Amino acid sequence: MGSTKLEPAVALAELQESKPDRVTIVVLSGDFDRVMAAFIIATGAAAMGMQVTMFFTFWGLNVIRREGATSGAKDLLRRMFGLLNKGGAGRLPLSRFHFGGLGTSMMKRVMNRSRMPGIAELRETAQDLGVKFIACTTTMGMMGVTKDTLIEGVDQLAGVSTYLAEARQGNVNLFI
Amino acid sequence: MIRSDVKLDTLGYFCPMPIIMTSKKIKELTLGQVLEVVSDDEGIKKDMPAWCETTGHEMVGLEEETKDAELIYKAFVKKSK
Repeated sequence: MGSTKLEPAVALAELQESKPDRVTIVVLSGDFDRVMAAFIIATGAAAMGMQVTMFFTFWGLNVIRREGATSGAKDLLRRMFGLLNKGGAGRLPLSRFHFGGLGTSMMKRVMNRSRMPGIAELRETAQDLGVKFIACTTTMGMMGVTKDTLIEGVDQLAGVSTYLAEARQGNVNLFI
Repeated sequence: MIRSDVKLDTLGYFCPMPIIMTSKKIKELTLGQVLEVVSDDEGIKKDMPAWCETTGHEMVGLEEETKDAELIYKAFVKKSK
């Protein structure tokens, strides 16, 4: 019986295949710049063969809400909140220099000119690369974000235990 | 001059696009083939070796050249798994 000897590089690759590095990112912010950083890290990690999970909570939920979707919450207060807090990847404001939308649109123009992907494109790339999206149910309830107003491809609706179960296996855990 | 089998043009793209494009393109190659990634993002000098180290592919080398008075980088990656 001959044993098959593995080349070190192959062995390492196999190990990575079976036990990839895990990355979790909590996206609490709904700011354009912060969300962009989150997606750049997420897509970069996925391209490096890591297993990435993004948890969207509070203002971060706006990133995975459909553009222009209103709230389907039953009570008036939450419906109003969902209405005032408009979601959609294209509506996120810069954390600084938003200037009522002027600053943000200028930034987008600059990005466009230099062929940098926007939030929507990065989000799509992340999904293509297998990044898992999880929406936090508690804050969805608080902020009047209903399931039917989320984008396609949100993998799970979950809470803190799901996050912690993933994060304890994570080598990189970020809170943005 | 390093020889390559497949060329990938990422000129004009910023991080993380060159890496993402590389990770997609490398799937089309067969084992042992060399992918040449052309980029004008200086970050690729550090990013491509890091990507190779993590994914298990081999960084064969990096070349710099001047094109239209701008520096461009050519990273050579050998598909190793």
